[in-house]
Amino acid sequence: MSVLVFADSTDGKFKKTSFEVVSYGKKVAEQVASNLVVLTINANDASELYKYGAAKVIAITNDALLTFNAKEYAAVIVAIAQKENATIVVMDSSINGLYVSPMVAVSLDAGYASNTVALPSSTDPFTVKRKAFSNKAFSNTIISSEKKVIALAKNSFGIHENPVAGILENFDVQVAASGVVSEKVERVTGKVTIADADTVVSAGRGMKGPENWGMIEELASVLGAATACSKPVSDLGWRPHGEHVGQTGKPVASNLYIAIGISGAIQHLAGINASKVKVVINSDPEAPFFKAADYGVVGDAFEVIPTLIEKLKAFKEA
Amino acid sequence: MKILVCISHVPDTTSKINFTDNDAEFDKNGVQFVINPYDEFCLTRAMWFKEKQGATVTVVNVGGAETEPTLRKALAIGADDAIRINVAATDGFLVAKELAAVVKAGSYDLVLAGKESADYNGQMVPGMLAAFVDYNFINGCVDLEIDGTSVAAKREIDGGNETVSTSLPLVIGGQKGIVEEKDLRIPNMRGIMMARKKPMQVVEGTGVVAATNNISFEKLAPKGAVKLIAADNLDALIDLLHNEAKVI
Ligand SMILES: Cc1cc2nc3c(=O)[nH]c(=O)nc-3n(C[C@H](O)[C@H](O)[C@H](O)COP(=O)(O)OP(=O)(O)OC[C@H]3O[C@@H](n4cnc5c(N)ncnc54)[C@H](O)[C@@H]3O)c2cc1C
Ligand SMILES: Nc1ncnc2c1ncn2[C@@H]1O[C@H](COP(=O)(O)O)[C@@H](O)[C@H]1O
Repeated sequence: MSVLVFADSTDGKFKKTSFEVVSYGKKVAEQVASNLVVLTINANDASELYKYGAAKVIAITNDALLTFNAKEYAAVIVAIAQKENATIVVMDSSINGLYVSPMVAVSLDAGYASNTVALPSSTDPFTVKRKAFSNKAFSNTIISSEKKVIALAKNSFGIHENPVAGILENFDVQVAASGVVSEKVERVTGKVTIADADTVVSAGRGMKGPENWGMIEELASVLGAATACSKPVSDLGWRPHGEHVGQTGKPVASNLYIAIGISGAIQHLAGINASKVKVVINSDPEAPFFKAADYGVVGDAFEVIPTLIEKLKAFKEA
Repeated sequence: MKILVCISHVPDTTSKINFTDNDAEFDKNGVQFVINPYDEFCLTRAMWFKEKQGATVTVVNVGGAETEPTLRKALAIGADDAIRINVAATDGFLVAKELAAVVKAGSYDLVLAGKESADYNGQMVPGMLAAFVDYNFINGCVDLEIDGTSVAAKREIDGGNETVSTSLPLVIGGQKGIVEEKDLRIPNMRGIMMARKKPMQVVEGTGVVAATNNISFEKLAPKGAVKLIAADNLDALIDLLHNEAKVI
């Protein structure tokens, strides 16, 4: 019996969430007294995972899997889960992870708990805590099937070092082509994505117009942050749709979330609640966002942001 | 083309979330239920196919009789008929498997579901459904064009999007972009009148056993009061973020 973790990589490099799912899988394996097995696909250096407790790594290198394909990845994960007799499969909650996980669950006839935020509170019955109601609450969920698939919510468990002398097994798989073919991948390069970012700088209608986003981008660049926006801002076409965060937009689970000129409507907060530290900059002291924030500055963004940029630059240089 | 749109019946986005029965049940008291926002995008896209390319549009929900007003709203927006699978939607696995039976029985060419539902946010039904019926599957779909049985689509990826091609039969997990916000349809008087006469079929479930079960709920821990920093003292903010919160 084993716990299988899929550690995803982009262009051969692990994402931070991969270290997080391995850290988590290590603890789950201890709880259920099983071995941890970690699967990588086309990763450059799978041995990086030993540091987080991956005692056994199965590394697949296969050109047919260079471009992500959900059905093909699901088939590989299922094949390895069967080979390793895995009773629990742990996945990350990236866009790709969430695409693959339900397919893996069906193939393994496993119950699936997405949005999991903590270690199982009990292993019999197997119970996990999950985000629910768009981050407004948690549910405690029993998975009653023999096999289980868990998708761990980003930044909910953290990365924990747990070095082991791991072993690496290179493995080859036959990949049956899926009916969905990737034609083109368009990605903004050189920009931190909301999904990956530790810090997100987000701005709302208080910025008055798209011409004023220069200072938002500059603040983000000083902090190495991704930029985001409220829904009306993307609906008005001031910013691209991919930046819309909130209940109906992208979820944000960063360490630091800075909201500028955003009132803090319930639908906005629902999507960003999972962020650890929230800073609000708003000219209206009555803005509801202040109730949900850790730190607040009541002030005009057009004065506060340029000063903040200067001071942060000085701080970074010091 | 036969289209099936999966409609999840969820609390309105402004709802206050409370629990009863020792935190074992969601408190529906005073909560207004709506069509899941992602499903609204999908339904609007389905209407476009119906009007521009000729398609029939069926809406389906797995749930008790209380979800019928939500299905009626989908009919008022323009769907041709509705199916309610009379089973409590306690788990995504169960919902997907019950939906799979309807998809197979009706030989639908295209199944549109939302990327996630606003209640339990499972993000599981579309992918599980696709796997159960062995249809092609695109999740996080932001653009969908169909020509005969050929499909050209885009899906969102981290930091951009991917163009994919595939063919019917197909399951979609859709989101904003599959249609734009401004194109969303609101039922008009005529639609509401017509919806009353449209068929609503109630089918019994196939007896699927749930794989997961929510035994209790917790609200978020109450937040401590915000620390206010004067706008002319931003050094203090940087100091707090660095030394106290340790995030910069
Ligand atoms: C079904 C549904 C789903 C939704 N989903 C989302 C979602 O996912 N994400 C989302 O964001 N919204 C969502 N909304 C919209 C949400 O209800 C709010 O309307 C929206 O979040 C408000 O955006 P905003 O804060 O940018 O604008 P506003 O509410 O207009 O707030 C602007 C803020 O800027 C402040 N301000 C003005 N001038 C300045 C200045 N010079 N300096 C500093 N501050 C200033 C104001 O005090 C105000 O607080 C949804 C709504 C519905 C109905
Ligand atoms: N009870 C249900 N009845 C019909 N469709 C559903 C139901 N639950 C979920 N769906 C569909 O599946 C999508 C994703 O839901 P979920 O997997 O629960 O997050 C929703 O947007 C709906 O399209």
